[in-house]
Amino acid sequence: MIYLDHAATTPLRDEARDAWLEAQRVTGNASSVHGAGQNARRVLEEARERVAATLGAEPIEVVFTSGGTESVGSALQGLWRRRAADESRIVLPDGEHHATLDTVAWLASHEGADVSPVALDAAGRIPVDAFGAAVDGAALATALVAGNETGTVNDAAGLAATAARARVPLHLDAVAALGRTRVDFAAWRGDAPAGSGLVAMSVSGHKIGAPVGTGALVVSRTAALEPLLHGGGQQRGIRAGTQDVAGAVALATAAELAEAERVEESARLEALRERLVADLARRIPAAIVLGDREHHLPGTVHVMLPGAAGESVLFLLDQRGISVSTGSACQAGVAEPSHVVMALGYTAHQAREVVRISMGTSTTAADLEALADGLVEAYDRIAAD
Amino acid sequence: MSGGVDSAVAAARAVEAGHEVVGVHLALSRAGGTLRTGSRGCCTVEDAMDARRVADKIGIPFYVWDFSERFRDDVIDDFIAEYSAGRTPNPCMRCNEKIKFQALLERALELGFDAICTGHYATLVDGDEGLELHRSSEEAKDQSYVLGVLTAEQLRHTMFPLGETPSKAIVRREAEERGFSVAKKPDSYDICFIPDGDTRGYLAEKVGAATGDIVDRSGEVVGSHEGAHAFTVGQRKGLAIGRPASDGKPRFVLEIRPVSNEVVVGPKEALAVAEISGTRYSWAGAAPREDAFRCEVQIRAHADPVPAHAVLADGALVITPDAPLDGVATGQTAVVYVGTRVLGQCTIDRTVSAVPVDPQPVSA
Repeated sequence: MIYLDHAATTPLRDEARDAWLEAQRVTGNASSVHGAGQNARRVLEEARERVAATLGAEPIEVVFTSGGTESVGSALQGLWRRRAADESRIVLPDGEHHATLDTVAWLASHEGADVSPVALDAAGRIPVDAFGAAVDGAALATALVAGNETGTVNDAAGLAATAARARVPLHLDAVAALGRTRVDFAAWRGDAPAGSGLVAMSVSGHKIGAPVGTGALVVSRTAALEPLLHGGGQQRGIRAGTQDVAGAVALATAAELAEAERVEESARLEALRERLVADLARRIPAAIVLGDREHHLPGTVHVMLPGAAGESVLFLLDQRGISVSTGSACQAGVAEPSHVVMALGYTAHQAREVVRISMGTSTTAADLEALADGLVEAYDRIAAD
Repeated sequence: MSGGVDSAVAAARAVEAGHEVVGVHLALSRAGGTLRTGSRGCCTVEDAMDARRVADKIGIPFYVWDFSERFRDDVIDDFIAEYSAGRTPNPCMRCNEKIKFQALLERALELGFDAICTGHYATLVDGDEGLELHRSSEEAKDQSYVLGVLTAEQLRHTMFPLGETPSKAIVRREAEERGFSVAKKPDSYDICFIPDGDTRGYLAEKVGAATGDIVDRSGEVVGSHEGAHAFTVGQRKGLAIGRPASDGKPRFVLEIRPVSNEVVVGPKEALAVAEISGTRYSWAGAAPREDAFRCEVQIRAHADPVPAHAVLADGALVITPDAPLDGVATGQTAVVYVGTRVLGQCTIDRTVSAVPVDPQPVSA
């Protein structure tokens, strides 16, 4: 089986699994006062320190969550509900993940939020000046550090600086970025005024080889964020609930490994990506690789195959044991072409002719050769008419 | 695999017969409800999940394929256009014709499949001149009518494993034996893209509702309506006519005139149709050898077939039932049978009344 959908999820790292199993032997609620509780707490806080280090954050700023969707939803709803009294605008760039889109849409229809969209440029990047113009006087803003579909990497530092200048709180979605491109909360936050500029950042565990059900939300000390869950007051009251010690340990392990290998692995994947793109350009001239040529995640190739339904290509590849995606894995049930592709200016019909290939630690050159052969054969078969 | 019990059992039987089977759920609607509400409509996320679980149980791969764009163009837009033109469409026929056995079949053949298998109650028979489509076993809910629009080429790539099963109860029992959670799931009826069943409201929204006159056959205004699309030929209820007819008999909708936004009413006898014809016709298999032949014609899925004489003339299939038919609307499909065999069908363009036109009232 050739798995090329690492952006959807990636295999659990052995080290993370072992660390998780080992941590399961620690019995004790990290909030309990007695020795067993203290021990659990110690293990948890060590994990928190390790995660904080990989994200460029202080340990007190790291809130463990159940994953990317919870982090994003908590951040957006939380910042919204503690917003400055006279503001009601949320700055929302096109092409954000559904966890962001759907949350903002819900706030718009239920809590009176107004949405200020920011169009992407032709390569799918958020233009910093357009973002800056929108951010003026807004209640809050949100942006992807890197897109999960096109793999385009935005100028996070620039976006954060813009928000800081405008004194608007910013949330960054680093779910697809972690482990693939540099993520540094402190650097991006800089010396923004209290409660504004970069104040929150979401990451997900299963995208970097930690278990599904792990993740974190970095929340700046001075951020004003209304919690979603109330209960035991854990994690600064931001995220109540008995803390998942083993999950935190697994996340820390995976995060450290991902960061340690990032530069080298990125170079390796980028080389594989370039070879694949060149191969496709030669063998399927009509194919269009979407996204930014310069600023992209290594290992993600988002390609439009005119005249070939993505679903058909996916099926034929699946039959050959090659797993790819036609878009975000998260659009469940309802028929929907990729809104990200449409944000680049394509039609709904074209947005259905896209295939996303995302590589991971296990990906080899041979995998990509097989993929290219499969794509060529599928394309010839389908787009012939 | 719609998530219903028929397609579930059909899939299981196909696997058992030794075929290499892949289950596909068609995503046709953009509206996408999550949970089923009653028996109306189809294809919510829950339906897709039901289909998936059946596929899991029988051990076949499962995909959800998006044909919503073509469905909108070929089925929904056609539905609205037909009603706007004063006709009564049958969207299920269009769906079979354009989506299930065309768009889906095209993709299937493209991807290397040999056939589409469905849970329809109909049978395929190898006849002297090729494949024939026949009604299903007597007691079952025969669905050959909605398949009347299939061509010989399409039939060659079709399988109906349920055709020989004498009753639906047997299919449900089989589903239960196989451990399918959908064994007790109620059948969906009504139009799948109008999940709340309110066709009238749907049309009011899409076609627009404009107040107009209700007139009798002489043109005299006898009442008013709030949207011509809400009426269909043969309808009796819902006519807001102030005073009774001069002969005291109930009035029925005879015709809908979209251009003048009039609904024409008259006595039941005026509903009688002596002849129906259509220029868009097809044969479910080999075309008939003669240009004129005896047959049975069925004008609705649940109508009884009636004996008739059919003639191919000037590019139209003209069908003359032995006894006049009541309440035939243009836009409906007439399926022509010879015995249990579906010969073909036509979309009814034209109806000829069985009664002479009333003489004009003499002016005082």
